[in-house]
Amino acid sequence: MRFTLRIWRQKNAQDQGRFETYEVDGISPDASFLEMLDVLNEKLIHEGKDPVAFDHDCREGICGSCGLFINGRAHGPLPNITTCRLYMRHFKDGDTITIEPFRAKPFPIIKDLVVDRSALDRIIQKGGYISVNTGSAPDANSIPVPKPAADRAFDYATCIGCGACVAACKNASAMLFTAAKVSHLAMLPQGQPERRQRVKRMVAQMDIEGFGHCSNTGACAVECPAKIPLAAIAQLQRDFIWANLTPDPQIK
Amino acid sequence: MKAATTTPSWLHTSVGRKVIMAATGLFLITFLIVHLAGNLLLLRGDGGAAFNAYAEFMSTNPAIRILEIALFAGFILHIYQGLYFILRERKSRPQGYALNAANANSSIFSRTMRLSAVVVLVFLVVHLRHFFVEHRVLGSPLTMYESCKAAFENPYYSAFYVVSMVLLAFHLAHGFYSGLQTLGLIMNSRIERIVKWIGAGLAFAIPLGFAIIPMYFLLKTF
Repeated sequence: MRFTLRIWRQKNAQDQGRFETYEVDGISPDASFLEMLDVLNEKLIHEGKDPVAFDHDCREGICGSCGLFINGRAHGPLPNITTCRLYMRHFKDGDTITIEPFRAKPFPIIKDLVVDRSALDRIIQKGGYISVNTGSAPDANSIPVPKPAADRAFDYATCIGCGACVAACKNASAMLFTAAKVSHLAMLPQGQPERRQRVKRMVAQMDIEGFGHCSNTGACAVECPAKIPLAAIAQLQRDFIWANLTPDPQIK
Repeated sequence: MKAATTTPSWLHTSVGRKVIMAATGLFLITFLIVHLAGNLLLLRGDGGAAFNAYAEFMSTNPAIRILEIALFAGFILHIYQGLYFILRERKSRPQGYALNAANANSSIFSRTMRLSAVVVLVFLVVHLRHFFVEHRVLGSPLTMYESCKAAFENPYYSAFYVVSMVLLAFHLAHGFYSGLQTLGLIMNSRIERIVKWIGAGLAFAIPLGFAIIPMYFLLKTF
């Protein structure tokens, strides 16, 4: 297959950046989107040009490293997948494909299509943990967890932190990401001691990083490769309102 | 924006502001329903007797006067938070996308809340000037019915009214669902489906109910 690629090129965070157009030919329909970019980069290297920088690691949809804004959508034209699991057969031969980095103020561009998503790590640092006393490991099943709660916690825990929710959101909000972690730990008994502080601190960090507010458009959940549901955001809202309107029983 | 010392700081977070937006928005929807129920009396064809009695009750009953203060507060808070979000809109994404296929992952109603809000706000100002200020502040000699009749028989006013109602429909089509979601009440996909159906019903019925009235008066003049 043959494609015309319009790719955002930017040397570093200070550079203005611009689109450049490239042609690739002889691409297999079964090539992944990243493999297609590999072919382009080999060609660029042979021509003595600077290859296009893009993030990738596992290439099997579980690490959350890759993330491109393809033809106007986070991770490309299909819902709920990562960029690495997008295949060239999903495009038409001869298509022009526009590739941009995930854009948000808290995601500064490092180079070309690579953005710094450590703002998400700092949100996790504010509350994505539980406190466990050191010592010998507790007996398995010593803390009973109801099956439905365990299932929901696991569903929320599948967030891979790729940032597609932020990229797709018209307000560049990180609510789905933050809500996934808040809701995951809210389901489990181990998450209860810090539950009230967690939601307050993670929301505060979200604002400090400069992410926008959530206006419930639902774009995040459509693009999320881990299929985190909007119910996670409702859970965060409940926890946030509850934690702020009721007195903390732990403080006497 | 810096947190004022008089209000709890959590109301100044992005989530807290949306909670205010949601609570006031849902309150304003209940107001719209009451307002519409009263306005439909204009269609009774009794020369305005029932409507004038209703208008008299609404402007003199002490309980309604207290609710009116809550209503103004609701409007002001809703508009204030809305303007805050409009003003900080671009700050989270200073550089936008060259190509954005947002219609693939979200509804047009959810993406045009600001446009619909601004049109409904302009409508609100004109509307308050025309009826509230005219009668309650300037003490118009006309009855409320005569005022409405005069306004609605003006094709420009009626056209403006109907267009505003279309935008109100846009606003409600996302607003009702969004408000309940922000209050954390949409816990699963079944509730979500029900809420979206009710929201669609409200977004259709409320603006249509309002818009019928000027159209009725206008068509009667022909």
